Amino acid sequence: MLFAFLFFGVLFAFNSSLLKVGYTPVSTIGFKKPTSNGAYHKMMDVLMSPRCINCHPNDNIPKQADDSHPHYFGVSRGVNNLGFQATKCTTCHQTENNNYSGVPGAAEWSLAPDKMKWEGLTRNQIARSMLNKENNGNRNLEELEHHLTAHELVLWAWKPGVDAQGIPREPPPVPLEEYKAAVKEWIENGAFVPED
Amino acid sequence: MKISFNINGEPQSVEIADENTPLLWVVRDMLDLKGTKFGCGKAACGACTLHIDGEAVRSCSYAVKFAEGKEVTTIEGLGNEENLHPVQQAWIEEVVPQCGYCQPGFMMATAALLDKIPNPTDEDIDKNIINVCRCATYYRMRKAIHRAAELKAEAIPSTETQTS
Repeated sequence: MLFAFLFFGVLFAFNSSLLKVGYTPVSTIGFKKPTSNGAYHKMMDVLMSPRCINCHPNDNIPKQADDSHPHYFGVSRGVNNLGFQATKCTTCHQTENNNYSGVPGAAEWSLAPDKMKWEGLTRNQIARSMLNKENNGNRNLEELEHHLTAHELVLWAWKPGVDAQGIPREPPPVPLEEYKAAVKEWIENGAFVPED
Repeated sequence: MKISFNINGEPQSVEIADENTPLLWVVRDMLDLKGTKFGCGKAACGACTLHIDGEAVRSCSYAVKFAEGKEVTTIEGLGNEENLHPVQQAWIEEVVPQCGYCQPGFMMATAALLDKIPNPTDEDIDKNIINVCRCATYYRMRKAIHRAAELKAEAIPSTETQTS
């Protein structure tokens, strides 16, 4: 009786743990659980800023500005995250910000893929989604770190140019180098996501 | 600095101090092609739409440096009085313009659409033709876009006959 209780108890704990995690974990062998989540929260403060979330919509509609209003003119995800057949992102957005028109631009300007819907999620949900290889483009931790700290479109957030009124856009709330260090620290420590 | 590109099939070079000058200024003020219009200057209204390598682009928000080595087509290069583009023909047949200011941009956007989707549905039109017309000629434009698709489809066999 006791054995059966223990056996099913362990089984239940194992299963519920998997359910709770809800994503395919990358290997954490050799990692130690961090004593502080400071790096994690610093990173997530950035990823939850409008400069990042606006292009991770949950309704296929890119958002604009700090109030994250829907992109004007019915613009939507379209084909390959690049807009519609004849009216694409590149109809207006080029590979650099345009300070005359206030239209932002960067290399590979596009919406994040459909599986990377972050809008409306909590920071922990976003982090779990980001770690899920099914959602993150099959990136391992090393590749994820590279994407988060070196991809030109991600780095655009710290040089977001001016808006249509010529007013500088607000960058994310953490300076770039501090953010990069936080991402590195979080990943080096096993990319743990705190309990909800 | 010198920037070279083809415009309406002809090679062109311009000397310009600021490589970030909008292509629209170069087209209108340096090359004297006035068909492409300035509307908002924010890539919002589409009056400045032209083609770069066959793709619709808002030229008020396109730095001239990006045109280097590319094929630029303006409304003047779409067709001419002797050989109207199907979009131009359809626009005449449906008497689309009211004030007419925004129409070149709409026509260039439509020409790009028909290159991608030869027989667009109303939904295709709604998604791809998002320019702004303050005279609200949208209803006539929709009819003209469908008519242009017909004209273009009719023109394809005769073109093939000519070339064969």
